[in-house]
Amino acid sequence: MSALLEIQSLNKGFGGIKASDDLSLSVEAGEVHAIIGPNGAGKTTLLSQLSGGQKPDIGRILFKGRDLVPLPAHARAHLGIARSFQITSLIMDMSVLDNVALAVQARQGHSFRFLRAARQDASLREGAMGLLRRVGLEAKAQLPTRALSHGEHRHMEIAIALAGQAELLLLDEPMAGLGGEESAHMVTLLRQIKSRHTILLVEHDMDAVFQLADRISVLVYGHVIATGTPDEIRANAAVQHAYLGEE
Amino acid sequence: MDLSLFVIQFLNGLQLGLLLFLVASGLTLVFGILDFVNLAHGALYMLGAFVCAWLTQVLGNFLLAVLLALPVTAVAGLLVERFIARPLYARDHLDHVLATFGLILVIDTLVHLVFGPEGIAVPLPDFLNGQIRLTETLVIPSFRLMIIGAGLAAAAGLYWMVTHTRLGMLIRAGASNRTMVSALGVDIERLFALVFALGAALAGLAGMLIAPITEASIGMGNNIIITAFVVIIVGGIGSMKGAFIAALMIGLIDTLGRSYLDDLFKLVMSQDAAETSAPAISAMLIYIIMAVVLALRPQGLFPPKAR
Amino acid sequence: MTRMTWITLTVMALLAVLPPVFFWTGNAFYLDLATRLTILAIAAVSLNLILGYGGLVSFGHAACLGLGAYAVGIPAHHWLYGGMDALATTNGFVQIGLAVAITALFALVTGAVCLRTRGVYFIMITMAFAQMVYYLIVSIEEYGGDDGLVIDTRSELPGFNLDDPLQLFALAYVSLVVVMLVVRTIVNSRFGMVLQGAKGNEERMVTLGFNVYLYRLVAYVISGAICGYAGALLGNFTTFISPEMMDWARSGELMFMVILGGAATTLGPVLGSAAFIVLEEFLGRLTIYWHLPFGLMLIGVVLFVRGGLMGLLRGGKE
Repeated sequence: MSALLEIQSLNKGFGGIKASDDLSLSVEAGEVHAIIGPNGAGKTTLLSQLSGGQKPDIGRILFKGRDLVPLPAHARAHLGIARSFQITSLIMDMSVLDNVALAVQARQGHSFRFLRAARQDASLREGAMGLLRRVGLEAKAQLPTRALSHGEHRHMEIAIALAGQAELLLLDEPMAGLGGEESAHMVTLLRQIKSRHTILLVEHDMDAVFQLADRISVLVYGHVIATGTPDEIRANAAVQHAYLGEE
Repeated sequence: MDLSLFVIQFLNGLQLGLLLFLVASGLTLVFGILDFVNLAHGALYMLGAFVCAWLTQVLGNFLLAVLLALPVTAVAGLLVERFIARPLYARDHLDHVLATFGLILVIDTLVHLVFGPEGIAVPLPDFLNGQIRLTETLVIPSFRLMIIGAGLAAAAGLYWMVTHTRLGMLIRAGASNRTMVSALGVDIERLFALVFALGAALAGLAGMLIAPITEASIGMGNNIIITAFVVIIVGGIGSMKGAFIAALMIGLIDTLGRSYLDDLFKLVMSQDAAETSAPAISAMLIYIIMAVVLALRPQGLFPPKAR
Repeated sequence: MTRMTWITLTVMALLAVLPPVFFWTGNAFYLDLATRLTILAIAAVSLNLILGYGGLVSFGHAACLGLGAYAVGIPAHHWLYGGMDALATTNGFVQIGLAVAITALFALVTGAVCLRTRGVYFIMITMAFAQMVYYLIVSIEEYGGDDGLVIDTRSELPGFNLDDPLQLFALAYVSLVVVMLVVRTIVNSRFGMVLQGAKGNEERMVTLGFNVYLYRLVAYVISGAICGYAGALLGNFTTFISPEMMDWARSGELMFMVILGGAATTLGPVLGSAAFIVLEEFLGRLTIYWHLPFGLMLIGVVLFVRGGLMGLLRGGKE
């Protein structure tokens, strides 16, 4: 295996607070790499720096050997990075199908096409329906997005992340706010996905993390204090002290 | 270059800058704390001018009229806050803009109804109506000095407020965030009403100070409000310091640009070309500066930190 | 066909039929009113593209209207009084082409700056740029400055005589229908989906890989160019143009038309323009203080009516 994503000495501060402190991490192609850590450890800030929402103060982010830092967010998407958001970030006024169709549209190159009606475009429609089927939402395709439940929104996020056929998926707490049964459903879904994508997973739900992850990195105050297999992390004294022990 | 003319133009620019600051500070205060866009701020400026002009005619005393007109504009601000702004705080900026645009029409027409379509001139008391001879060729109307003095005093007062009071602390925190403000244990409704009234009074004061020079006229607020927007965009919306520096900058550039741009152009182009292009360019000068500032710093020169 | 389609077709049919009937029955005044309504509706439809569908609250659209009108007035002025030979013409194609090109360029340059900003900055800066054009025109004495400019000869188009009020109305009406269809097509296209998606959630669209800035800029330019076209028609209609056409109050009125009629709908801007013209005309006839009830109504609409007239017509249904 080779590193698909190589994060080198990332630093990012907000005023006096260091959200990333000399953060280094590598994600191998094909693995599910989970990031865990207490609240405020800088997990979401890390994802934002990867997807381009925020720029690091110092450091490099190599994706397939290419530095992402100078690239704007939309350009990173074209290289094959997709992101889901911790706080559901959908277009509430649009239908479920439109939301996913836009994601399919994004993959098909530029959208400076002014004439053909997008909703009648078979490639968009069928692509989006296929994705909704994978996450079990095809029956709700025509509903306005705001009419769906929180759990269904989380599944939409996954469908949208998948639409880009991105090599690397950045998933920000896909389990957030899900009930027991919904969580189990999500874990099953992510299991199916992991064979085709490399996943960087930020998650609080430890059961899910230990079920899904090939490797886990523990982030505390913006710094990676340990990386290893789930078993290694479970056994790691520093981790237990800094994080797991406190729970 | 004629030095005394330059000094006069410089003082004129300073005067415009300080008046702009009075208007812009209220705008930036209301936006910074309340997150409310008040297009009708200029209408309050006009209201101040009219009320003061009318009181001056009734009482025969300009200073007394200013003292009485200040609370009147503050109360007008309170009414606007209570009946238009407050129901709209939770809505988006588009709704603010439309409603306060309607409010401008209402206030303009009410002023028209009450005070008539003509402007009202404001006579000055003798001690303000004189001129001060600085040198052989340099004569300055004393009232203009008073405007500059009053503007500086208001700026100093605001500075004190921002640095030494609880309200100022909230402003410096850039507290457009309701939850944060209430977490500090502040009665939001009262704070917001107070801020609005203060902003109205500041705009009203600017209108009162300009009225003896230009007279109070309908629509006067609509001209200054856009320039005040330019000021707070350049300064950084919500920043008192930014408003002050940008107001002086815009006031000076606008005034000096209108006087000296043709001379400047004549250095690099023909007399004819300079004389035709200079008025056009100087009319656009502050907008060009705004565009340049925004191109370099989309948040303005002094963006408030915690937003 | 849905209920909304029926309503749209009915309204547009009435707008086509009623004004000529008024004209032939000796009420030429109402034809003029309808022509003004139709031209303002074109401007409102163009604003709706960025305001309604794009969520970009532009408070400077009247600048495009004014620039379009001056693109007719200035060549006509030189044609009659000499000077600037390259510009002097009464050829309608050249004038309208100029109107569209200049407003597109204006929208491109100012949009490139404005769209770097968000929220209230955007509102204020679009307003400021419009005011800049206002002062620019005021400062040019050759074209009348503050006093405005009389257009002595209307644009000359083959087969059209714009001096005939009926033909001018026909041109405006056909233009409105075409512009409505164009905007509708754009809105439903892939481009339009991106524009609407960015209104709903900009961060999401950027993360998906859309260069939202570029899409918005293109929409801004299209909108400005259409409005410039409307301005060229307006200049031909009023035959008197002045910087007052670009006053920010005019921009506010255009916004009011879009919001009152119903933003992000095909017919909304037309209904809004009609409501505005009717209010202006009939309130104005009752009292010279018509801005008072008009302003109060505006405030009332914002406070109490969501979704505009189209929302009411829909009867609350989606």
